[in-house]
Amino acid sequence: MKITIAINGRQESHEVEPRTLLVHYIREHAKLTGTNIGCDTSSCGACTVHLDGEAVKSCTILAAQADGGTVTTIEGLAKNGEMHPMQKAFMENHGLQCGYCTPGMVMAAIGLLNENPNPTEDDVRLGLEGNLCRCTGYHNIVKSVLAAAKK
Amino acid sequence: MIPAPFEYKRASSAAEAISLISQHGDEAKFLAGGHSLIPLMKLRLAQPTVLVDIGRVKDLSYVKDAGDHVAIGALTRHMDVEKSPVLKQHVPLLAHAASHVGDSQVRHRGTIGGSIAHADPASDLPATTLALGATYVVQGPNGKREIAAKDFFKGFLESALAADEMLVEIKVPKMNGAGWSFQKFNRRAQDWAIVGVAAWRNSGSSGVALVNMGSTPVLASSVSKALSSGASIEDAAALAADDADPQGDLNASVEYRQHLARVLVRRALEAASK
Repeated sequence: MKITIAINGRQESHEVEPRTLLVHYIREHAKLTGTNIGCDTSSCGACTVHLDGEAVKSCTILAAQADGGTVTTIEGLAKNGEMHPMQKAFMENHGLQCGYCTPGMVMAAIGLLNENPNPTEDDVRLGLEGNLCRCTGYHNIVKSVLAAAKK
Repeated sequence: MIPAPFEYKRASSAAEAISLISQHGDEAKFLAGGHSLIPLMKLRLAQPTVLVDIGRVKDLSYVKDAGDHVAIGALTRHMDVEKSPVLKQHVPLLAHAASHVGDSQVRHRGTIGGSIAHADPASDLPATTLALGATYVVQGPNGKREIAAKDFFKGFLESALAADEMLVEIKVPKMNGAGWSFQKFNRRAQDWAIVGVAAWRNSGSSGVALVNMGSTPVLASSVSKALSSGASIEDAAALAADDADPQGDLNASVEYRQHLARVLVRRALEAASK
């Protein structure tokens, strides 16, 4: 079936099987490999992107369900070569180590601030419960999100 | 992991969805938010040959004050249940329980109707709506009928829905200021409950239902009966596992689940009685 999704402002139209997952559509058809596949069971959040403005797990959505929708991935955040404030905050606060969870973590964190612009530390920890990081112990991730919220 | 191949159909109304599903019989499934079904399909635990996507049936996403009850469209997402001012005011137990489903990404996609129709005893909202004495409105080729929550859950992932019927609305009685509590015991954030409890109580009556304590969500009738005949919270909570038939698994033995049910029901009733 023919699917069209606006990804990072660009219309991506491709012929795919109905069983194609959104994450595969993004990685293999739109060739944007910044979105990672982690657990593949909607637990880890590495594949988090924004669909129509909300953070979602792209491994658990069919591309067909997102047909006609708008997607933002980690590649769509920087504007005019300038990193998104959340990306900067992760860099400045050492909010990553191996980096595998980072694209999903950043997308989830931006979604969190969209819904709650002034979160407490507890709000951030609870709000990011859908994203797993096996390196950092979360401390610097939480610090990064709180720093970005202040900007 | 990618699901096994299937044919994809998209419906723009409940009537169209039912007509599509009727043409394809038992092998077809409705796809709402997909957050229960797609994981099962990836694991090959479900292999429908036709999916009827009802995610775009927009007129089934609503929360309405309907006098003595609140009417919730089956395609209302968990996040919208959680944030609904009507539910926060009149059925706060349900709004709160919805905030415990999965994580925020899951709650952006998963729907209350999908969760109930999936009939997973480990899910939060089937048991919560059962505790609240909800009624489910289902629509088939010959019109609508209502099924009480207590008659809906028939077995593990099995409900009273016929193959060509679709859950369209959930009617939840207003709580009228009753005390309530939702207890969810798990070891990791975002996990299913190892055992969960949804409970409410006012001066005359109560409702207590258990998550993950059997092949269906369980109404702990013995607890409510004991309370209404004047038993203390502690004595009533001791009966929490009496109506349940839990399974042991990697997370918990049968005995451990029974113990958790008694402890969590006691905590829930204490909180609901304040």
